[in-house]
Amino acid sequence: MAKIKPRVKVPKKAEAGEVITIKALISHPMESGRRKDKKTGKLIPRKIINRFTCDFVGASQSGNVIDVQLEPAISTNPYFQFEAKVPESGEFRFKWVEDGGAVYELAKKIAVG
Amino acid sequence: MKLTRIGAGFAAAIIGLAGMASAGEPEIKKLVIDGVEMTVAAPAPPYLENLDMIYSGWLFRSPETQALELDDFDNPGMVFVEQAQDMFSTPEGTAGKACSDCHQLEDFKGLRTVLPRVEDDGKLWTMEDYINKCRTDRMGAKAWKYGGTELTSMVALIGLQSRGMPINVKIDGPAKPYWEKGKEIFYTRVGQLDMACANCHEDNYGKMIRADRLSQGQINGFPTYRLKNGKLNSVHARFKGCMKNIRAQPYKVGGDEFKALELYIASRGNGLSVETPSVRN
Amino acid sequence: MLQLTRREALGAGAGAFAITAFGLPAMAAAVEDAIKKFTGGAMPAEGGVDLTAPEIAENGNTVPIEVAADGAVAIAVFADGNPAPEVCTFNFGPLAGSSAAATRIRLAKTQNVIAVAKFADGSFKMAKAVVKVTIGGCGG
Repeated sequence: MAKIKPRVKVPKKAEAGEVITIKALISHPMESGRRKDKKTGKLIPRKIINRFTCDFVGASQSGNVIDVQLEPAISTNPYFQFEAKVPESGEFRFKWVEDGGAVYELAKKIAVG
Repeated sequence: MKLTRIGAGFAAAIIGLAGMASAGEPEIKKLVIDGVEMTVAAPAPPYLENLDMIYSGWLFRSPETQALELDDFDNPGMVFVEQAQDMFSTPEGTAGKACSDCHQLEDFKGLRTVLPRVEDDGKLWTMEDYINKCRTDRMGAKAWKYGGTELTSMVALIGLQSRGMPINVKIDGPAKPYWEKGKEIFYTRVGQLDMACANCHEDNYGKMIRADRLSQGQINGFPTYRLKNGKLNSVHARFKGCMKNIRAQPYKVGGDEFKALELYIASRGNGLSVETPSVRN
Repeated sequence: MLQLTRREALGAGAGAFAITAFGLPAMAAAVEDAIKKFTGGAMPAEGGVDLTAPEIAENGNTVPIEVAADGAVAIAVFADGNPAPEVCTFNFGPLAGSSAAATRIRLAKTQNVIAVAKFADGSFKMAKAVVKVTIGGCGG
């Protein structure tokens, strides 16, 4: 895997109160900690995305949409699809947390009306 | 409620399995990506003596795997395409140039359909060759490893510009000797299992080889994202994997044999749409 | 290595023991422990949770699944044949559009995938699906 890069798919517009579908994917090897290095025979240390969150932030209303705890049984390039309510114009903020504490973030604006 | 198309595929999966046992011909379904319909089944070109129809490997996969190619966001291969897009506009090498300094991506529309082809130097050129030539001669950068992630991702990005267009490689004129050589490799039994490409991908496509369903071995969707290894796979890397499986000593990735084989197998798919980057198991 | 013919085992009255010890893989106990950890002790009843997974996965490395349970505040996914049974836990926030999510998971072999939903009143429900994981044609 060349690079860790998050991407999300969120509609640009919605009606107030509408339920929209969101897709999120991050390119990540999800090293399970159970694989051996073919050359050295040693275990490759675990390094996975262990948490993914999506929050909505608007002028008057904000809140969590989904908060996922991931284990090594999630496939390479973790993918999630879920639904969110859109109370007003604002933005969806996405966060992926990697073992060791590295954080990858992305935000997508959505307009109501 | 159903978020995805996973459920919708179930009925088809069961029907598909029932049909699988007897016939080699796959169930024909429509493949529409981003509003563009792909040609996944076409009459075989006249030089294929043993086939009536040619089929995209997509038709041989399970409904769940098929679904991954229907939407570019769901297609994990697009992650690599996006990374290639970043590389495309990043200057590299002693000339301080990026691909985007000389090229626009749209300029490559159609290129994937005619490669590999013979250049003025009389040699057979693959997409990988063109990219690396640009890197070494114009950018003053190091050639990427043939079959490596960077090069394969860039091949996918450029290939994507031709998605939906029919494969149309030349097999006559200066290409003829390369094509003949590729054909010979396709039909020559090798390795401990003493098998040729044709034994599986021409004589037995559509049948199960243990738990896997054999395709025609078409390469119109390459580079392809494989669920098996979670990355984009180049044509030559796939050839190498196949040869290892039949316990043969693989030819060199990026070498003359595989380039000739690539031309021959590409020609077996003349008429199928470029599906780059496809998703397979 | 345990050398025990069926007759000897039965004769020794060890039949029940043998079935308990060897008939049930250790994984089943591990997944039960993991589920009980999520529910706080009890094994939930089946029903009230939708779990969509392919009957046969073409490759165990990437198996698409979907879970949904109306009114659930969280859904945890388990796989009883993996080295560790936990797969993921979806916690649905106040702005979730539904208590449903889809993802792609790794399955080491043919096994049960289990989804356990937690509801606002503290109750739990579960659903189970067998996914057959196939082996690549050429062993490669």
